[in-house]
Amino acid sequence: MKPFDYIRPATLAEAVTEAARPGSAYLAGGTNMLDLMKVGAAAPERLVDITRLPGLDAVEWLPDGGVRIGALVRNSDLAYDARFAASFPMVAEALLSGASAQLRNAATVGGNLMQRTRCAYFQDPASACNRRESGSGCDARDGENRMHAVLGFTEHCIAVHASDFCVPLVALGAEVEVESSDGKRTIPIDELHLLPGDTPQMETALRRGELITGVKLPAGAAAFSGHARYLKLRERTSYAFAVVSAAAALQIEDGRIAEARIALGGVAAKPWRAAEAEASLVGIEPSQPAFARAGEIALASAHPSGANAFKIELARRIVTRVLTRALEGTPERMPALPGSPFAARPDKTSGVAHV
Amino acid sequence: MSLSISLAINGRQHDVALNDPRVTLLDLLRERLDLPGTKKGCDRGQCGACTVLVDGRRINSCLALAASMDGAEITTIEGLAEGDELHPVQAAFIEHDAFQCGYCTPGQIMSAVGLIKEGMAGDDPERVRELMSGNICRCGAYQGITEAVLEAGRKAAENAQPQTGNPDTGKDAA
Repeated sequence: MKPFDYIRPATLAEAVTEAARPGSAYLAGGTNMLDLMKVGAAAPERLVDITRLPGLDAVEWLPDGGVRIGALVRNSDLAYDARFAASFPMVAEALLSGASAQLRNAATVGGNLMQRTRCAYFQDPASACNRRESGSGCDARDGENRMHAVLGFTEHCIAVHASDFCVPLVALGAEVEVESSDGKRTIPIDELHLLPGDTPQMETALRRGELITGVKLPAGAAAFSGHARYLKLRERTSYAFAVVSAAAALQIEDGRIAEARIALGGVAAKPWRAAEAEASLVGIEPSQPAFARAGEIALASAHPSGANAFKIELARRIVTRVLTRALEGTPERMPALPGSPFAARPDKTSGVAHV
Repeated sequence: MSLSISLAINGRQHDVALNDPRVTLLDLLRERLDLPGTKKGCDRGQCGACTVLVDGRRINSCLALAASMDGAEITTIEGLAEGDELHPVQAAFIEHDAFQCGYCTPGQIMSAVGLIKEGMAGDDPERVRELMSGNICRCGAYQGITEAVLEAGRKAAENAQPQTGNPDTGKDAA
C-alpha cells in the first residue's frame, strides 16, 4: 500500500475543505477503499476519515412520510431498522443480499453509493483500464468478461456497478444529498453514476471534495411497500456479487397496475432504471405475458460486450420473475436467503421455491 | 508521522503510537500487541478469518485501519473465555466437531458470537448459514459449524429468558 497521510476532522466543514485538496479521498467503512489501496488500484495521498463527523448516522423520518438516511448509517443498521424495512422492503432485501454480515456491519450508505467496479482489470494495476487510468485501454474487452455490461457500455469501458442497494434506490427515485465548501446540492440518484462514454474515468457526478451526507427517499416510495421485491442471481447462494439482479415494485388498484418500478443491477456501469418497461405495465391487469413483455422491453437495447450474451436472457427472466414475486406480495418476514431465487417460501412448509 | 490511539482490547486499555497509518486493526493485533489468535487469511475481506468484535459488532479486522479504531472496544478470540472456562460458542464448536485444520475457527467463533448477539437467525439453520456466509472454511466443516451456532444460540436464548421456573415440571429453572 502506498503511504498516505491520515486525518480525522471533527467537523463537516473541515472535512470538505481537507478533501478538496488534490490526492484526497474520504474513508468511512473502508470495506472497498482499503481493499483497493491494498491491491494498488487506489492510491490516495491522504485519507480523510469521516467516521466521527456528527449528525450523519441517523435514519430520520420527514414530516411528509419520506425518510432521510445519514451517509454514515451502516448497511446492517438500515436493513434491520424495522420501520425502514416495513416501508421500503426491497431496499432492506437488497442490502441483506449484499456482501457478508461482517461487511454490512462496517459498510456505510454513502460508501455503498461510491463503491468502485469489481472489474478484475480495474483492480489489477498491471492491466490496461481506462477507468483507472484514462487512455490506457481496456483489457476486459478481450479478457474474462462474462460478468461485464450488456447495457450502456462503450469500447472504452465495459465494467458494471456492483451495488445491490443502489438498484431499489434508483427504482424508487431516491435523492442524494451532497455538500462541499461551495455549499449543498441534491442529485437524483439516477444521475449520480455516469455511463462510461469516452470518459470512463469520470464515475460519478460528484465534484472534487464533495461529500455524500445523506440519501432521501420520497414519501411516495412507501406506497409500494406491499408489492416490492429484490431478486439477485449469484454464482453461489450467498456472499457474491450479482450476475444480474432486479428490483420491482407495484401498486395495484382494482386489479390493475396503477404504478410500476423496475431497475436492474449488474448490467451496466450504473444501476439501470427500466422506465419504458415500467410504462408498459401501467393501467393493465398483471399477467405473466405482460411481465415477460416488460422483461423484453427492459433489455431491448442490450447487446453482449464479450462472452456475456447469456446475461441478456438471464436479465429478462429475472425481471419477469421479480415482477411475479412483487405481485405475490412482500413477505411478512424477510426471507432466510434475501434476494435469492432459491429462498425458502415462508408460506410453504418445506423446500425451496424457484419462483 | 505518529498517531496516538487508545483502544480497549479484551477489557484491557492500550495506548498505541502508530508510526504509520497503513496499519490495519488485524496487523495491530497480531504484530504489535501479541494477539495472534485473530487470523490473516485473504487480507481482503473475503474469508472472514480476521473477524473480531468492534463495540460488540463483528467486522473484518483486515479492512479496518487501526487509526480509525481510536476509542473502540475490541473483542478477539483471546478475550472470550473466562479463565479456564470456555465461552459457550467455543464449547459448542468442540462439542459439534466444528473444525478440522482450525485456521478459520477464531473467525468463525467471533462471527458466531456476533450473529447470536444480533438475534436475527433464531433456530433456523438456513438463516444461520446465510448469516455465517462471510466465514469461509476450506476444510468444509460447515455442517458442524451450523450445528454449533444453533446450539449456542439456543443456550443464549434460554439464558436470556426470565428465571421464573419451568411451567412443565414446576421445578425451578437451572
